[in-house]
Amino acid sequence: MTARETVLGRVRDALALAPRPEVTVPREYRTGRTLPDGERLALFVDRLTDYRAQVHTCTADRAAEVIADVLRERGARKVGVPAGLDRGLLAGYDGEVREDDSNIPAPRLDELDGVVTGSAVSCAETGTIFLDGSADQGRRALSLVPDLHVCVVDLSSVAAGVPEAVARLVPERPTTLISGPSATSDIELERVEGVHGPRTLDVVIRTDV
Amino acid sequence: MSSTFLGMPAAPPRSPYGTGNLRGERKFPAAAHDELRDEQLRRNLGKATRTIRGKRLDVTAELPDWERLRDAGSAIKTDTMNRLPELLQELERKVTEHGGTVHWARDGVEANEIVTRLVQETGSDEVIKVKSMATQEIGLNEHLTSRGITAYETDLAELIVQLADDKPSHILVPAIHRNREEIREIFRAAIPGVDPELDSVPAHLAAAARAYLREKFMTTQVAVSGANFGIAETGTLSVVESEGNGRMCLTLPRTLITVMGIEKVLPRYQDLEVFLQLLPRSSTGERMNPYTSMWTGVTPGDGPQEFHLVLLDNGRTAALADEVGRDALNCIRCSACLNVCPVYERAGGHAYGSTYPGPIGAVLTPQLAGMHAAKDDPNSSLPYASTLCGACFDACPVKIDIPSLLVELRHQHTEQSGTTAEKLAMKAAAQVMKRPRLYTAAQKAAGAGRVVAGRDGRISHLPPPFAGWTDSRDIPAPPKQTFRAWLASAEGAAELRAAAEEGARKPGHDGEQVGPGRNGTHVSPGRDAEQVGPGRDGTHVSPGHDGEHVSPGRDDEDGDQG
Ligand code: SF4
Repeated sequence: MTARETVLGRVRDALALAPRPEVTVPREYRTGRTLPDGERLALFVDRLTDYRAQVHTCTADRAAEVIADVLRERGARKVGVPAGLDRGLLAGYDGEVREDDSNIPAPRLDELDGVVTGSAVSCAETGTIFLDGSADQGRRALSLVPDLHVCVVDLSSVAAGVPEAVARLVPERPTTLISGPSATSDIELERVEGVHGPRTLDVVIRTDV
Repeated sequence: MSSTFLGMPAAPPRSPYGTGNLRGERKFPAAAHDELRDEQLRRNLGKATRTIRGKRLDVTAELPDWERLRDAGSAIKTDTMNRLPELLQELERKVTEHGGTVHWARDGVEANEIVTRLVQETGSDEVIKVKSMATQEIGLNEHLTSRGITAYETDLAELIVQLADDKPSHILVPAIHRNREEIREIFRAAIPGVDPELDSVPAHLAAAARAYLREKFMTTQVAVSGANFGIAETGTLSVVESEGNGRMCLTLPRTLITVMGIEKVLPRYQDLEVFLQLLPRSSTGERMNPYTSMWTGVTPGDGPQEFHLVLLDNGRTAALADEVGRDALNCIRCSACLNVCPVYERAGGHAYGSTYPGPIGAVLTPQLAGMHAAKDDPNSSLPYASTLCGACFDACPVKIDIPSLLVELRHQHTEQSGTTAEKLAMKAAAQVMKRPRLYTAAQKAAGAGRVVAGRDGRISHLPPPFAGWTDSRDIPAPPKQTFRAWLASAEGAAELRAAAEEGARKPGHDGEQVGPGRNGTHVSPGRDAEQVGPGRDGTHVSPGHDGEHVSPGRDDEDGDQG
């Protein structure tokens, strides 16, 4: 017998030995919530700030300017972008922009000062941004290795709660949930921001997209 | 599919004796005794559990539907266990469809061999690891070392534990027993090229770990991870973390090997909407943990191009065969039960001798690895490592009734063992032991009593059959009762039996106040039972006292917050 047959046989035996309790899953928790734009934005910003992410809100026509300011302030001279990112977003930036390519070995991404990406979905209630590897977000390594992540979020993509956000995901895509910069509390429970992921997370929210 | 066995189903085996990390060397009281002398450990633990407890209560209280999420989480897990054979096969099919390879391991020894072979096939002699309880349980690192493969733990706490050649003491914060000075010494001794002037500021210590591991992330070709969830419907695996070491391991290497206990499967992708709320809030007390990664097989041009999933039994099917004990498999390893447990807070994680400490460890460990009576198994002491105060049940996001499980295990233990003093004592409590639900219900009633008590902290009586509990009673619970004394618990067991019998005998009897004993250890009506609330030393955590009970109105409005 293969291990597979053995384990599956054991599972069936176990279930035959002890009766299975009847169960139906009660999904009485909150789903399908909507919130007016203003409330959703306020909630999302509140939660992001709580994680000590830097938040910038602007209209779409000012996004390039805001992004350029952020990159300048952070001293980022060399930034990476996924191939599908709207390059207009970097129109105000005067540093070097490198378009990512999956043939570039991940360690070389360490040479970048930062990265600018889009995002797939966000959740206001938890301050979580979901990346799913779409063309404007790129492969996972791109938003992981550089020390600064500037992430563009459109307010229309911000869902109220977790169920509403999860419902918008495409399961098969490699998905990363980001809630603030990386952090650890492993030493005497003292919070330290920035361990292995980007130590700085700047979120640029376009309120009219 | 239902006809693979002929005749009687056979009881599945436990994790093989003498393998992995599911058994300590000494029984709990002896191990705990030493830990109790460690002041540093107790201070660290006390601070940690208090802090996390407070945060958890804050973020769970802010969700108006928290109780409904718990109900859903509990039911999803029960449904999962009912349908485990089909769900595992569905998961296998989906992972395979998306370019992954699925392996099955009967036990830890087999899983270790599979992982070793997979690593060897890549030609690499080192792996980077994401904190994983399953690989800790099977002793994977030790096994890899014996085969000439170096495993680097990348979670900061796990790194500290590994560099110190130590063992984890908490599910969530495994190095919580170490203070910053100790960690600095560990780093200075064990990290090659570390700045000899390194001080003990946590941010600097974390930076030293970052620098050390960065190079490993960039160069190591194989990663080994565990999984928090595996979605049958889509083949999606998930790892929940904070530091980004998980993302590094799951993204940068060429090959990813994930070891997952078979009980971690979830039926639908949609179920994540429940667990992504339950887990972070119960675990770190955050609305969401910094990073969660989800991946489905292999994605061309993004992440590891080779993915292996090792599905591990190692005693899980033995637990599943136990009608009561199988609930322990519902655990999502949030560690909330550790943080509310008065025994854990005093004894620390090491005393349990297992990868799984605390209340859940006390039930899961014997379920997975057994309590071998003939061998005087240290695991047989674990079901007694509890005051049965019920705080763990109240904290558990998937509503595992740990006290009932403990009582059932005590019963099984006395059934197995010969006639010993312990057996005689337990026999006296047989009435209660045979009716764990009654016993827990009595406890819950006692806890609820404090909640329903009026302003003056008095309640007149509890309904039968628990009325006996509310009688004024003379409990031998001296103020300075030692840990070992109440741990031995024969006295407590006899008390429980008497109380339950009385409760059954005297319906409608008016009683007095219930509350924890003076030192906060016994949950039984105490001599000073006029007092409502925590024990006098203020450390006792019991249902109701720290606001965990849902107050009326909290759970019945659907509005959004904020
Ligand atoms: S038993 Fe419940 S509270 Fe304890 S770790 Fe598991 S899920 Fe969390």
